[in-house]
Amino acid sequence: MVSGKLLFALASVATLGSVTTASAQTIKIGWVNSYSGFLAQAGDQMEKGLNLYVKLHSKDLPPGVKVEFVRRDDTGAPEVGKRVAQELITRERVQMLMGVVASPVAAAIAPLTAEAKIPFVITNAGGVAIPRISPYVTRFSFTLWQTALPIGTWSVKQGWKRGFSAVADFIPGHDAEGAFIKGFTDAGGQMLGSVRFPPASADYAPFMQRIKDAKPDVAFVWVPAGPAATAIMKAIKDLGLREAGINIVSAHDLLPDEELPNIGAFGADIVTAGNYSTTGVRPANTAFLKAWDEEYKGKAIPNFTSVAAWDAAHAIFELIKTTKGKFTGDEAMKFFAAWKDPNSPRGPISIDPATRDMIQDIYIRRSEMKNGKLVNTDIETIKAVKDPWKELNPPK
Amino acid sequence: MSHLTPSADRRAADIAAFSRRHRFHWFEALPWLIAVAAYFMFPNYLALGSQILAIILFALSVDLVLGYAGIVTLGHAAFFGVGAYTAGILAANGWGEPISGLLAAAVAAACIGLASGWIILRTTGLTLLMQTLVVAAMLYELANKAYRFTGGADGLQGMSVWPIFGTFRFDMFGNTAYFYCLVVLFFGWLVVRNTVNSSFGRSLTGIRENVGRMHAIGAPVAQRRLVVYALSAALAGIAGALTAQTAQFVGLNVLNLERSGTILVMLIIGGIGRLYGAFIGVPLYMIAQDRFAEADPTYWYFWIGLAMVFIVVFLRGGIFGVVERLLARSRKQ
Repeated sequence: MVSGKLLFALASVATLGSVTTASAQTIKIGWVNSYSGFLAQAGDQMEKGLNLYVKLHSKDLPPGVKVEFVRRDDTGAPEVGKRVAQELITRERVQMLMGVVASPVAAAIAPLTAEAKIPFVITNAGGVAIPRISPYVTRFSFTLWQTALPIGTWSVKQGWKRGFSAVADFIPGHDAEGAFIKGFTDAGGQMLGSVRFPPASADYAPFMQRIKDAKPDVAFVWVPAGPAATAIMKAIKDLGLREAGINIVSAHDLLPDEELPNIGAFGADIVTAGNYSTTGVRPANTAFLKAWDEEYKGKAIPNFTSVAAWDAAHAIFELIKTTKGKFTGDEAMKFFAAWKDPNSPRGPISIDPATRDMIQDIYIRRSEMKNGKLVNTDIETIKAVKDPWKELNPPK
Repeated sequence: MSHLTPSADRRAADIAAFSRRHRFHWFEALPWLIAVAAYFMFPNYLALGSQILAIILFALSVDLVLGYAGIVTLGHAAFFGVGAYTAGILAANGWGEPISGLLAAAVAAACIGLASGWIILRTTGLTLLMQTLVVAAMLYELANKAYRFTGGADGLQGMSVWPIFGTFRFDMFGNTAYFYCLVVLFFGWLVVRNTVNSSFGRSLTGIRENVGRMHAIGAPVAQRRLVVYALSAALAGIAGALTAQTAQFVGLNVLNLERSGTILVMLIIGGIGRLYGAFIGVPLYMIAQDRFAEADPTYWYFWIGLAMVFIVVFLRGGIFGVVERLLARSRKQ
């Protein structure tokens, strides 16, 4: 029975560690992130962005007001995410939910926020229809339609008329595929085919072979940002897709900044569309990178997920400052709907009050080797892009 | 011959012991009293509580085949998942009545249990273990591919479960869900308890202990194994449906290997073949998991693993096994 006691001791120590006393001026925010599972690396990027903002700006909060983040692991699985979100609402009585890497997780959580009437501030999950599920959802990241549609249009402009798409088989992958095909075919391109692979897959060779056999001019390849990006780039290299004359394009998830050192020289000269690159020349970005490097000592590289968490934390802190920490769910949503930040590290951003999604600049970037390092360099900027899908599919 | 026939006293005592076996003991009320008390003591933990209750039913179904009939399975999530998806798909497509959803889930899971059991129960031991795994893996892939019906990796979105009897709405705090699961678990437990104490149940233990002898006395071994497998599948299906209806969501993980494995772990912690192992192992495992995940969201899997190692090393035979050993020792003294 010794071990039984030990177990209970362990469990009770664990319990003590999490006990928190909330004063009237402590604002509890439920932070749902993927600490484990196939999106854990993206989760880490997001975590670092949030932590950096909170560390630098907690001193700016009104006196006596504290923000407490109650953190939970969704493991990348929607059923787990829904359960932890429910616990955060009913057990921890959080005033707001925030975070979420995976779109299926966000889609599972969203209905709860409609019932609980608390804001849900998404910092990654790009599934395009998610804000329609609940009026309490707002999003500081992007939709795949914002990034994948422009790259479709851009591809045709290069004279690449025959296309193929290969995407991970879940919500954002389907969005990416639909958006690319829309942009590509509207501009006069013709799709030769498309293929979907399991989101947590490790073996991409059979799918890349399908592309090679189809011999398109351009292949749109989408995987969630993280190690999957390096793995699929390796499959592209091993099968000689580019040597066979197939141009690879994608949304920023294929060449996320933090994976570039792992991808290396082979990843040069690939064009992707995204809302942030570390090489962006803006004073706000320079300041952000400086703070980042001081905090993480050059051991980490931020990406679009880190910036989305940073921007969302900024909006929430401004909300707290404006309201002195006293706000209802509806008041918070009203504040977010009018949110504008001309000085985000990614450029000017605002929330579209009609869709509660970002209006932001989208950059067409070409990857290149600079001083022995692979980087994404902006070559074109599309100003103030609204989510195209919501304009094409107005609410019924 | 008198030394071979037991004395009249001894025989009377034996018969009395056997006839008492079916009676309810006072300690059997304990889990239910604790469950009701927990409702009032932990009003913020009812969502977790209802999940624990549903998983206890799942563990009972595994105990029935593994603990009593000796059918070693690593694929019981197959039936849990079939039940969850049956109830979920019904609720997502306009039929959200919960109780008929449970029944439909039981029937669907029992059918899969009969069909797969008819093939795989011809084997025993490791071969059977592999076959149960394969059935679960096939269903997992099927659910993954049938995106239109199951939502694949995104999970089944848009479930709408109606109030029970048109009155008790499933609220976010889990009040309704808790009592719903408790009542269903109670009926499930009655079924399992009556089954294992019936002549059918005794013959299952006979099959587990000495299959050659059961053949020799003319017991229909194959048929009984198949029947108990289907019954267990139905119960697992109901447990899956409970989870689906109370969470209002179904994801692929209802069918994965991890679920088949952890349910065995929970049962082993409590004690196999004892009917009450499920009532101890499941809450212990799930509460520990909940505490660890809350205290250390980044590395909580590590703590779970560490706790498992401790249990395997020090708690052989599960908690019930330890209690029995202690009781036996104190009786000797």
